[in-house]
Amino acid sequence: MIKAILIFNNHGKPRLSKFYEHYSEDTQQQIIRETFHLVSKRDENVCNFLEGGMLIGGADNKLIYRHYATLYFVFCVDSSESELGILDLIQVFVETLDKCFENVCELDLIFHVDKVHNILAEMVMGGMVLETNMNEIVTQIDAQNKMEKSEAGLAGAPARAVSAVKNMNLPEMPRNINIGDISIKVPNLPSFK
Amino acid sequence: MIGDRGEIVVGLRFGLCKMPAPVRLRELIRTIRAARTQAEEREVIQKECALIRSSFREEDNTYRCRNVAKLIYMHMLGYPAHFGQLECLKLIASQRFTDKRIGYLGAMLLLDERQDVHLLMTNCLKNDLSHSTQFVQGLSLCTLGCMGSSDMCRDLAGEVEKLLKNSNSYIRKKAALAAVHVIRKVPELLEMFLPATKNLLNDKNHGVLHAAVVLVIEMCKHSPDTHAYFRKVVPQLVKSLKNLIMSGYSPEHDVSGISDPFLQVQILRLLRMLGKSDDEASEQMNDILAQVATNTETSKNVGNAILYETVLTVMDIKSESGLRVLAVNILGRFLLNNDKNIRYVALTSLLKMVQTDHNAVQRHRSTIVDCLTDIDVSIRRRAMNLCFALVNGSNVRGMMKEMQYFLDHCDTEFKADCASGIFLAAEKYAPNKRWHIDTIMRVLTTAGSYVRDDSVPLLIQLISSANSLHTFNVQRLYQAIRVDISQQPLVQVALWCIGEYGDLLLPGRFDVEPLVQDPEEEVLDVLENILQSSLSALTTREYALTAIMKLSTRLQSSTKPALLERMPLIQKSAANGPVNAVVNGEEKEEGGSFPAPEQLSQQAQVNNLLDLLDDSNPAASVPQENKVPQTGGELLDLLDGLSLPDSQSSGRSDAQPQLVLDGIVPPSPQNAANVKQGIPSIIAYDQNGLKIEFSFEQSKANTNMLFITLRASNSTEMDMSNFVLQAAVPKSFQLQLMSPSGSIIPARNSGAVTQLMRVLNSQKHPLRMRLKFMYNHREAPIEVMADVNEFPPQAWE
Repeated sequence: MIKAILIFNNHGKPRLSKFYEHYSEDTQQQIIRETFHLVSKRDENVCNFLEGGMLIGGADNKLIYRHYATLYFVFCVDSSESELGILDLIQVFVETLDKCFENVCELDLIFHVDKVHNILAEMVMGGMVLETNMNEIVTQIDAQNKMEKSEAGLAGAPARAVSAVKNMNLPEMPRNINIGDISIKVPNLPSFK
Repeated sequence: MIGDRGEIVVGLRFGLCKMPAPVRLRELIRTIRAARTQAEEREVIQKECALIRSSFREEDNTYRCRNVAKLIYMHMLGYPAHFGQLECLKLIASQRFTDKRIGYLGAMLLLDERQDVHLLMTNCLKNDLSHSTQFVQGLSLCTLGCMGSSDMCRDLAGEVEKLLKNSNSYIRKKAALAAVHVIRKVPELLEMFLPATKNLLNDKNHGVLHAAVVLVIEMCKHSPDTHAYFRKVVPQLVKSLKNLIMSGYSPEHDVSGISDPFLQVQILRLLRMLGKSDDEASEQMNDILAQVATNTETSKNVGNAILYETVLTVMDIKSESGLRVLAVNILGRFLLNNDKNIRYVALTSLLKMVQTDHNAVQRHRSTIVDCLTDIDVSIRRRAMNLCFALVNGSNVRGMMKEMQYFLDHCDTEFKADCASGIFLAAEKYAPNKRWHIDTIMRVLTTAGSYVRDDSVPLLIQLISSANSLHTFNVQRLYQAIRVDISQQPLVQVALWCIGEYGDLLLPGRFDVEPLVQDPEEEVLDVLENILQSSLSALTTREYALTAIMKLSTRLQSSTKPALLERMPLIQKSAANGPVNAVVNGEEKEEGGSFPAPEQLSQQAQVNNLLDLLDDSNPAASVPQENKVPQTGGELLDLLDGLSLPDSQSSGRSDAQPQLVLDGIVPPSPQNAANVKQGIPSIIAYDQNGLKIEFSFEQSKANTNMLFITLRASNSTEMDMSNFVLQAAVPKSFQLQLMSPSGSIIPARNSGAVTQLMRVLNSQKHPLRMRLKFMYNHREAPIEVMADVNEFPPQAWE
């Protein structure tokens, strides 16, 4: 069972934190700090498994992490999960994020933390792996997002306009304008005397 | 967006706003990121929280979801967000999907079983479970599966069970995992879900199949009875697994060229559970396991994950031996893999199976030993544990060499465990005592300070039992502590050995290079050094002390005085003068091994005689070897004049054997005059106000012994202080002076100083005596010499 999923950056700022077991808020923050402390000390060429800290259940639990650019993805699991399997799961998660956000970067995670939660909810539920098929996940997410948009109505208009402009293929448009057809007649200025 | 609250609508129409629309989430995030200090950030957040709170109070439906989204973000950063809990519920109850989405997310993050608010969700959940939109159903299932309490689970279990048979695979999948959570919370409900599993395991959809397998695993974990039920489906599972491996390229489920590895792993895991103690089931699996093991591509991590799971399964079920060997070989290959993660899992698994498949693991011993030098510290640790597990009688020498090399070079965090491991292995498999002790010595010298405390007594016991090796051991230990005394366990063992076998360190018994100079001196110096060094712990000092004391009996040399001189320092010298004075007066004094010997032999020390008498004498507290005492009283040739001999000052040397006190205390001086034999007293001296009287008594036990009581009185106006008396007798006599009662003779005869003398007159010669006394009178020192010749004849007859 997965006990917690944490994403934080190289300085320890949390970008996503999801706990599948109950911990008080203070404990949650402490866990984030302790995990960052343990993981940031690791060298690049050591293995990706760590014995868990004191807070997260102790001896039975492991931290399995992957470091992508500026972000650490950490899954805290108990002994029933296979370490290598979880590594694959992290990879699938990141690839799914990449597909949903188009070349995902840290800023995407910062400004759309609720969307990341939604994606994660399609993959892991109650600490168990739900779905690992990337396409399936993306399809579901897209469908749900569409539902949200359809409800947005007027208030969503500016957002829709923005996305419409985004979708517009501006470089193509000038080709359709035939400048040669326009004859510009210059007025006889001396008549304005 | 217009809500159902009149004011806001009106306000907007007339261009008046009751309050500005709450900022969007991303605005808030931007503002927070712009804050440069923690304090600034806190300020921003507090302001925003206040705004959100008022917005909640306004019951603003429009922007509620936006506010809750912001609240969730702030909660992630660590700020309190509990005032938003009720708002989440309102969102869940809303009809809009957007609201529900945020509402459920907020509920999962902000709420938990312990709050009462939690229960209010139950009704909403129930309704949403049968909602028309699949996504709403999904949300509801997800929330229930994440944080449903036992009560909620009990209420909604029926709904979940129904959804297991839903036509929509999306729903089926989520329902299966929600069921897992329900079983975890309320194990009794397990049976309710059993019937549905049959179909679920046949499902075409991988997601559903995966969730179904997880559900079955959970059931098997909770109830061993279900094992029997599910063993029937083993063939089915085997078929599914086969399809996965054999089927062609399926782009949907492909991960790096392997078809749905996650599902393969789950099936393998379930097979492991079912085949664990069942022969029949295990047999059904043998073929497929062999197939997976040989056909899986190992170039990527996914392949290795599957192989790893296969190996674990093979080891757990009752597989045939060929399969087991195959599994161990796979692990052996893992050890050579470049990927450190693979090496890590390989070492972990090998450690688990080293007990059961010892020989198979032994084949890979050299690779494991190589892992001791890996860059990764967790791999090194596992390799170390595994190496110790692999030690047996035949490879102990080679392995111990490797482990000692490792001990020399490893990080400090390993040293304690490694040292203990070496000791244990040496104890179990040592080929002979010499090798055993050799090994221990090496460990002590290289990692002595990391050895556990309880190993010291064990080692001492071991060394003492190896009789033939005592010399060798003590010499080696001695050499070691000459060089370095910082490692406490080593020093303690060495000290004990030197204490016991120190005599073996002396020259003539040395195989190795001899000590220079005075060997005993050097040994004691080393011990002294340890005793006083700040590096030594309390226990070490205790060992040192004991060792020194033992050596004092084993080493016979004249340098003992120097050694013993130290003792008072540690025992807090018993400096109690009066006690000693009495002791001096009555008892034979023990041991002349103090500075005394030199003084005794020097005549110039005469003036210090009575100082020595009065000194608090530390020698009294320590038993000393008895020295041959000097013969009583270097006697003065009375004709020689002034140089006075040492009279037999009491308290210095042993009395003559013949002078053994028989405990007869001479009578008080006042009565001396008319004592038994009736020897009359005399006035020995009377000048300048100082009068000295002698009174006599003969000893009953020994007629040659005469007790003389001297009484000095002062008839002048001023006291006489520092009164010191010395006496000398002819050669044929022996004289012993006891301590005077004081050194101040009060003025005007108001008191007196008395002193007892014992004279042995074995040849019955006429008694003569020369007296010398010194005192201070009227600020001036006075020295007087007088002869006493008029002793009554009874005194010597």
